Amino acid sequence: MSLSSTVDGGRRLTAGRHTLGLFRSELRLVFGRARTQAGLGVLAAVPLLIGIAIKLSGSDGDAEGFLGQVAGNGLFLIVASLGLSLPFFLPTAVTVISGESLAGEASLGTLRTMLTAPAGRSRLLAAKMVALAVFCLAATMTIWISGLIVGFILFPVGDVLLLSGTTVSLGEGLLRALLIAIVISLSLLGLAGIGLFVSSLTSTPLAAMAATFGAFIVLGIMTAIPQLHAIHPWLLIYRWQSFADLLRDPPYWHEIARNLLVQGAYLVVFYTAAWARLTSRDIT
Amino acid sequence: MTTPQEPPPPAASAAPPIVTRGLTKRFRGGQVAVDTVDLEVPAGSVFGFLGPNGSGKTTTIRMLLGLIAPTSGSVELLGESMPKAQLKVLPRVGALVEGPAFYPFWSGQANLLRFDAADRTADPRTRKARAAEALERVGLSNAAGKKVRAYSLGMRQRLAIAVALMQRRDLLVLDEPTNGLDPQGTREVRNLIRELASDGTTVFTSTHLLAEVEQVCTHAAVMSRGKLVRQSTVADLRAELRPRLVVRTPDLAQAAETLKGLGATDLKTTEETVEGDSGDLPIDKFAAALVAADVRIHGFGLERPSLEEAFVALTGEGFDVAE
Ligand SMILES: Nc1ncnc2c1ncn2[C@@H]1O[C@H](COP(=O)(O)OP(=O)(O)OP(=O)(O)O)[C@@H](O)[C@H]1O
Ligand SMILES: [Mg+2]
Repeated sequence: MSLSSTVDGGRRLTAGRHTLGLFRSELRLVFGRARTQAGLGVLAAVPLLIGIAIKLSGSDGDAEGFLGQVAGNGLFLIVASLGLSLPFFLPTAVTVISGESLAGEASLGTLRTMLTAPAGRSRLLAAKMVALAVFCLAATMTIWISGLIVGFILFPVGDVLLLSGTTVSLGEGLLRALLIAIVISLSLLGLAGIGLFVSSLTSTPLAAMAATFGAFIVLGIMTAIPQLHAIHPWLLIYRWQSFADLLRDPPYWHEIARNLLVQGAYLVVFYTAAWARLTSRDIT
Repeated sequence: MTTPQEPPPPAASAAPPIVTRGLTKRFRGGQVAVDTVDLEVPAGSVFGFLGPNGSGKTTTIRMLLGLIAPTSGSVELLGESMPKAQLKVLPRVGALVEGPAFYPFWSGQANLLRFDAADRTADPRTRKARAAEALERVGLSNAAGKKVRAYSLGMRQRLAIAVALMQRRDLLVLDEPTNGLDPQGTREVRNLIRELASDGTTVFTSTHLLAEVEQVCTHAAVMSRGKLVRQSTVADLRAELRPRLVVRTPDLAQAAETLKGLGATDLKTTEETVEGDSGDLPIDKFAAALVAADVRIHGFGLERPSLEEAFVALTGEGFDVAE
């Protein structure tokens, strides 16, 4: 009895049950790459660099915002690092990974092997998007964990003074910092959607990354132009800073909800466009 | 071997595994790469898909597998309409399209595991074992853990074949499977194809090696400038090639004169031989005539032309690719 015939019997009996394999493989593809690990390493270094800089300067209190509170309470290193990574480091990481997603496979030629496997075009796209979302979460959690470790080693920690003037326990402070990390990772989904769509257009990953980053810059510039205030609420990054509302008592959800709504809208539009493109595209 | 409670395997022998009707692909820019092709690949055959560079073989194969959409016409694979039924059909089809493509930063084994994981009908419990078996069959066991980046061209080609062998398939569609292989590798692939065919797998393979076709294929189709110019059994193709009378002699002019005198046609003279179509006349008559004409005979006999000649006759002599 040959192995393949046994296997074939098993295949027919259990057909259609192994849908998770592709998603797991997709995660391995994203997180197994040295490029991804180096990127996460850079993100992990952000709290370390900020912490060391604050420690060496020895000053406490004269820096603006969360940075000024780090020396007094190490927990704020998490929030400060997340806040400082949001404008540039995190979008860059998301741009690289999302731009690579489909264009990378097209340029390697593995896309056609995946499709004849068959992965299914819609299913492959879904797996790519899920992997991107997981990457967004992994990126912010990397900063959260690194900030936690570095903050607790370098600085005193204790009860947390919120923006609204009330004080909460360290445990609740950590929980709020965790919520901030999650909200920020959700804030990155709109950009991830744009990247996925651009990536479906080309077989050159570098071009997809450049175009995605270009779109991100343009959206940033538009956000900075006062004359465009009518459309500002619909711009990708307009409410990115709303995460700070989680440090009020009680948390102020209004702006955060609107931000997530905008992210969701971008995601739906660009994911649909990517789907329309991938399902009709000639794969050569 | 199948267990008793299992349903019997589908009657693959009935319907032709590949049928195309009026299959046409016009690329943007207007070029018609595949022009109203009607293919019919019989179940259980080893089908050679031939044609000069740029004649539309790979484009046809891409349409068979649902990678590109036909401009018009239809494809049926294993009795199901493509690309609509691709999720249902493709797990039963092993494919190798236009050269090997892999994740270079992964090992050969890791590549196999990923492609297999993409197929939701593939059993994850046996995945590793099947990968090992497939690697073994293509002679890559020793390089299984090596990054594909470090593979040679032939090793990649073998790995690509291994992808197609990860499961038992009803149909294999292979685009130039022996491209870049060494003589041992070529022979191994030839044996592999024979073995798979004897297990009941239909094999559809494009190739430029006509000797391969003569040795392993039962059927062949010839493409030329996007059109299917011939489709038949290999035996029929060969039978149509009329054997030619070949006379090896230093007295070329005299020999040619004699053959012509007896009614031989299509005469060709090379440095040492005169050859032609002997018609219906028994060849001993030619021998006697040559001896009578004092032609010195170093060699004499009927020779059956190779498939290569049939191929050139069908697709033209020109070396330039068709545009
Ligand atoms: N994506 C494309 N866009 C435009 N033209 C294409 C495309 N792909 C192939 N062609 C053209 O279609 C024709 C057929 O190409 P195809 O790759 O099918 O040939 P082939 O028979 O596989 O050749 P070879 O023996 O060299 O592999 C060629 O003239 C080629 O230039
Ligand atoms: Mg080709």
